[in-house]
Amino acid sequence: MKIVVCVKQIQNPEIPPVQFRVDEEKKAVIPVSGLSPVLSPYDEQAVEAALRIRDAAGEGSDIEITVVTIAPAGARAGIKAALALGADNAVLLSEPTFDGSGGYVTARNLAETIRAIGDVDLILTGRQAADWDAGVVGLGIAEILDIPAITFACDVQVTDGVVTVQRVLEDGIETVEADLPALVTISNELGKVRYASMRETMRAAKKPIRDWSPEDIGLDEAQVGFKAVRHVLERLYIPINDIECEYIEGDTAAEMAASLARRLREAELV
Amino acid sequence: MTENINGVLVFVEMVDNQPVELGLEMLGLARRISDSHGGTVTAVVFGTNLEGVGDNLIAYGADQVLINDNVIFDNFHAEAWLPDLSKIVAEVAPAIVLIGHSLSGTDLAPRLAFRLDIDVATGCESIEIVNGRPHMTRSCFGGLAREVVTFNKTPAVATIRSKTQQALTPMMERAGEFKFVSSILDLNSLRSRVIKREREKTVGVKLESAKIVISGGLGLGGPEGFNTLNEIAELVDGAVGASRAACDLDWCPRSYQVGLTGRTVAPELYLAVGISGASHHMAGCGNAKTIVSINSDPAAAIFKSSRFGIVGNCQEVMPALVEEIKKLKA
Ligand SMILES: Cc1cc2nc3c(=O)[nH]c(=O)nc-3n(C[C@H](O)[C@H](O)[C@H](O)COP(=O)(O)OP(=O)(O)OC[C@H]3O[C@@H](n4cnc5c(N)ncnc54)[C@H](O)[C@@H]3O)c2cc1C
Ligand SMILES: Nc1ncnc2c1ncn2[C@@H]1O[C@H](COP(=O)(O)O)[C@@H](O)[C@H]1O
Repeated sequence: MKIVVCVKQIQNPEIPPVQFRVDEEKKAVIPVSGLSPVLSPYDEQAVEAALRIRDAAGEGSDIEITVVTIAPAGARAGIKAALALGADNAVLLSEPTFDGSGGYVTARNLAETIRAIGDVDLILTGRQAADWDAGVVGLGIAEILDIPAITFACDVQVTDGVVTVQRVLEDGIETVEADLPALVTISNELGKVRYASMRETMRAAKKPIRDWSPEDIGLDEAQVGFKAVRHVLERLYIPINDIECEYIEGDTAAEMAASLARRLREAELV
Repeated sequence: MTENINGVLVFVEMVDNQPVELGLEMLGLARRISDSHGGTVTAVVFGTNLEGVGDNLIAYGADQVLINDNVIFDNFHAEAWLPDLSKIVAEVAPAIVLIGHSLSGTDLAPRLAFRLDIDVATGCESIEIVNGRPHMTRSCFGGLAREVVTFNKTPAVATIRSKTQQALTPMMERAGEFKFVSSILDLNSLRSRVIKREREKTVGVKLESAKIVISGGLGLGGPEGFNTLNEIAELVDGAVGASRAACDLDWCPRSYQVGLTGRTVAPELYLAVGISGASHHMAGCGNAKTIVSINSDPAAAIFKSSRFGIVGNCQEVMPALVEEIKKLKA
């Protein structure tokens, strides 16, 4: 069975807000210098979901896990990280507009990449990439490939050509199944991901990475690059927040609590 | 000069045969757009036992309500909803399609966009029409930035964050019409099946509609910390929320999560207890009228969004606050 996990490498989404800056002129994020890219957290969990499926299948299973990323040429941090976690091999598609071009082009190109890999049974993506927070690429790939998609998974299992997914609802959990091939998007409720072991990290260096360009998978100019883009980024900015906090003083917790309760009452909040 | 646009279609989610608040909020937005840029407001509802919903949605701003009444639509299942919704959107051909940024909405909207070969902006906070083009503002980078996007193909699909729009005051005398549409869904075409649904019962006030939300984070020190939050919630008729970190540790139900991928709330009062104030969390509560925080770290980011703050140990302050509020309520 072939599993493809789509992963994106991004700037660490948990940097202190003061470090996060944008260039409004260029409508782009100014990368924090000296910070190495990380796997988008949900994508890391998507890799984990694939590994759990392979673990459940046991030793000697025929499950092959391929990670696929669209990133600038040479950007290998994301796939290296995924290979170190235990994926078997990787495809890097380098494409000039990959970022900030909206999910439309990315989904198209990932779908074509997956077609080119061939005979893929299960595709896993993150519920959303933790940079633009869009959450469209996974469902886009499924629509383009015309396969069923199940979103927001917290558990994924495969038996006899059927994927069974527990998915998160606002007020509970739902179990949904689909025949393979299918696509599943992974939510943080999947839980902790394993650490990259020393052994896997060493092995990762020898795992095959296919470097593809759009031409390699038969994409023409109209499908990649800025011609294909549907979405125009008009503006990118950091909202200002100008609230003055009034600190409630007091020598003891009880005094502070009393003083806060009084303030809340004065403000007619309680 | 403002150019006219071709109307707005609003997909209104139903819960227990009632339109969700976010649906009414989106109708308010659609009405405001149509009032200044022309075009009609079409509301679309899927479900069963939808008597009265037509008049209700007209009162909230719809010119036209399309009702798809079918037992299949009793529970949300994106794949089953898509064929009908795609057909309706293609027929109505609006300039903008609004869908709630709920878990169902975010499951549905990108599918719709790709099926109709159009584009989607998720988690929008506002839409302005500039030179006849919808400019959609959405939060990105975990809430740290905002982007404004436009598309060069119509309709534009946008999912709208809860509590970012104002519902209109309903006017029963508003004119409009509603009609029932028939489903084209072929059940045999479905490739995914819902096997089981387990829902938690909400006790007390719903998070989104609560005027007061009391949320706890890791500073609570453990699941017992939520007891005092529950006590206060009960006293003031509020609801309890949490940071994702607290949910991840199972200190409280998952459904308490406020933030980027959790609930969006905008209460009069948001009391953040032992929460650091990461942008991902603030994405779900930044629109609260007044934020009050209790945190032992004077440098905690949460104070930057707070009107009132206590620098202190919440495990001591909270029990004292329960007593004080009891006194106020006595
Ligand atoms: C892609 C992505 C999406 C995310 N989505 C969400 C989301 O939807 N919602 C969400 O909440 N988070 C989300 N997060 C996580 C978010 O970034 C933070 O990690 C999380 O909100 C932190 O939770 P916390 O404030 O409870 O914990 P911490 O950050 O650990 O903060 C605990 C706070 O408690 C204070 N404290 C400690 N002890 C005490 C005490 N005794 N009394 C008072 N204060 C005390 C500390 O000073 C600290 O400020 C997301 C992260 C990512 C990367
Ligand atoms: N450039 C990319 N390369 C590989 N996978 C991606 C890329 N962009 C998005 N994805 C996948 O699609 C998911 C949703 O992304 P998005 O729609 O951008 O939020 C991510 O979690 C990834 O799994």
